[in-house]
Amino acid sequence: MTPDPALVSELTSALGADAVLVSAEACAPFECDALNTQRHRPDVVALPRSPGQVMAVLNACRRHATPVVARGAGTGLSGGALPVPGGVLLVLSRLNRIIEIDPARRIARVEPGVTNLEISQAAAPDGLYYAPDPSSQVACTIGGNVAENSGGVHCLKHGLTVHNLLEVRVATIEGDWLTLGSASGEAPGLALLPLFTGSEGMLGVTVEATVQLKPLPERVELVMAAFGDVRRCADAVGRIIAAGIVPAGLEMMDAPAIRAAEAFVHCGYPTDAAALLLCELDGLNHDVQRELGAVQALLHECGATSSRVATDAAERLRMWSGRKSAFPAVGRLAPDYFCMDGTIPRRHLADVLERIGEMSRAAGLPVANVFHAGDGNLHPLILFDAGQPGEVERAEHLGAEILELCVAVGGTVTGEHGVGVEKLGPMCTQFGAAELEAFHALKRAFDPGGLLNPGKAIPTLARCADYGAMRVHGGKLPFAHLPRF
Amino acid sequence: MDRDCTSSLVEQVREASARRLPLRIVGGDTKRFYGRAVEGTALATHEHSGILRHDPAELVLTARGGTPLAEIEAALASKGQRLPFEPPHFGPGATLGGTVACGLSGPARAWSGPLRDFVLGVRVLTGDGRVLRFGGEVMKNVAGYDVARLMAGSLGILGVLLDVSLKVLPLPSGERTLALEMDDAAALARLAELARSALPLSAGSWIDGRAYLRFEGSDATLDEVQRRIGGELVPDARGFWASLREQTHPFFVGDAPLWRCTVPPLAPRLSLAGTPLIEWNGLQRWYRCPPGVTAFEAAAAVGGHATLFRHAPVGVDVFSPLPPAMLRLHHALKREFDPAGILNPGRLYADL
Repeated sequence: MTPDPALVSELTSALGADAVLVSAEACAPFECDALNTQRHRPDVVALPRSPGQVMAVLNACRRHATPVVARGAGTGLSGGALPVPGGVLLVLSRLNRIIEIDPARRIARVEPGVTNLEISQAAAPDGLYYAPDPSSQVACTIGGNVAENSGGVHCLKHGLTVHNLLEVRVATIEGDWLTLGSASGEAPGLALLPLFTGSEGMLGVTVEATVQLKPLPERVELVMAAFGDVRRCADAVGRIIAAGIVPAGLEMMDAPAIRAAEAFVHCGYPTDAAALLLCELDGLNHDVQRELGAVQALLHECGATSSRVATDAAERLRMWSGRKSAFPAVGRLAPDYFCMDGTIPRRHLADVLERIGEMSRAAGLPVANVFHAGDGNLHPLILFDAGQPGEVERAEHLGAEILELCVAVGGTVTGEHGVGVEKLGPMCTQFGAAELEAFHALKRAFDPGGLLNPGKAIPTLARCADYGAMRVHGGKLPFAHLPRF
Repeated sequence: MDRDCTSSLVEQVREASARRLPLRIVGGDTKRFYGRAVEGTALATHEHSGILRHDPAELVLTARGGTPLAEIEAALASKGQRLPFEPPHFGPGATLGGTVACGLSGPARAWSGPLRDFVLGVRVLTGDGRVLRFGGEVMKNVAGYDVARLMAGSLGILGVLLDVSLKVLPLPSGERTLALEMDDAAALARLAELARSALPLSAGSWIDGRAYLRFEGSDATLDEVQRRIGGELVPDARGFWASLREQTHPFFVGDAPLWRCTVPPLAPRLSLAGTPLIEWNGLQRWYRCPPGVTAFEAAAAVGGHATLFRHAPVGVDVFSPLPPAMLRLHHALKREFDPAGILNPGRLYADL
């Protein structure tokens, strides 16, 4: 689609010619985020350098009734930054200043294009760090973290983005500046900061974020335990938490994931185990010592076939390396994979893994599982070959079945990757028409013209009607009363 | 008493909506003083009560909005768990719904995080009688907008909280409170310094020339902390913290307007007369001001906000004013959740 020349000239005069891309070659690198099965080359890419220029882009888009999609580093896994036809892609990577690190107040104030890891690196000399650590933390930006409410492996104890965010400054498509939250953590009026966090770029554009920094723990220990069956491992997870211990990280892998990780990074995982548990404890010396003893005793009671405490930081990093490279490791086993992101109440873990195994066999597609066990966030990786006729569809179908299973046991279709375009269908199984309508109404309050990231995050009722038609369960057709378009 | 009163509540709200009659949502009626006064027929929620689910290994509790807070805390304590935000009750009848709607946190706020951090899901009755479910009973959930946390502190203007799911945490293995003599300026510096150390400071306050520091952890940790910090062990520490949380401490006695100021870390003394009671390592400061004095400007001058918490004259604004764009957004959200404007009208801001 040819971009509107009046819009392009308006953007160029506000941002400068080098900050507005329109040629096919220049725009091509922005055609997808980390969900690379879906692509659309943007017609216009705007690269503002300041909050004022961000607002200029939004104002221009509003005046020209042109959709606009905000993008950080493009590491999102659900297509949240996928360009929309006829729209502007607003790339925030040039707003990359750390405005201040204030160790005495334990806060960092940053522009949206600063990467997650940069904050911790900048704070480290003062003995502080930024707790949320998504696996993409070297590349992903804080603006994207806010949009997705990103998590990581330390969420159970140290929280998600929403728990570590104090204030964001937002530019709205209506041309308003909003300050949500405050440096004190308390702000008058409705709790709009948590509402905005994880809203996937549908409500406004973050131009500045103030985050809470935490003191680096005095002591960290990592225990690795192997189990002969998944059920015992799942039981150990519940027992540790019921014993009053909140580990900093509690990660589980199944046999296919263990073997793939070991083959990839040779980190010393027992390849004959059915399940592997990594339990990280952090805090003060005495507390960690006490918890370590308790965890080791529980692991033994729960039938761990072996357990090992990392002797030093180097071994700890090596033990983590397998888990942290699980996605690319599994990715080597097949030409393509889909990464699912459901969350379930932990008590259903063993049953859900068993059921996923049955579904995998029925679909003829292997599935490896890695699991943020502490907070119930499951990442089944479905292996397939897009080159084989029908396999993409079979993999998508299997993925949808797995997410429906997560909903059926009281969980959710996405724990941390977001809905984007990827999970619009499965959203229809989690929410009824009334909730979806409320979500659309909520967006209207921020974006009456529906110009910000249109078509993402919340499915239309018509889409759910179609999704229902494709996926009839137990003779019950969801949204049967709705018209189809 | 376990009872599901959803249908009766829906019926009452629908009828009021049809007749455009304002409703004043009442749980235990323990926090009526908080927010602006509401004129309206009482919508009683306390009979809609009962803990629906609590599996200690999941760290999640779900209960009906009318469930007494005391019942929830007792159920959690029996399994070695607690509400990490240490909410005030302000009376024996406090309910879960009222607690979440007021969004108030107690002394542990600066350590554990505010109430809204622990809200995982809600079932809510909107002003036009829709029953909607948002969030869920799992820790990590980014499906749809986070309407559940939006309800925290919304003072009932968007909906009636039917059920709430909260993240809960284990009780600490031990607690110890130490008191040190110092003035308020020294206390603010000391509290901020401790908050940036790795020490487990679970509450920090200052009143009448003494800083009170509560630490949690194992006995070995607490012994070490006590060696490092010094000070005097406070005998009835539980009672002391309860007197701050429940505002039974002598500071809170009397009819002088009570102002709550929340300010950034290390904010200097506010330009208000009188000596404050300081909580949350300096982030929350209470003042007793003469009638007619407002703290909005003094708090704003250091980047904070103020609330006229108790003893407000009828009709005055009690929360720091919102900028026009924020206020417009509040009205837009109110229209979507409560189109007839019947739920707690004016409790948060006039005309909202």
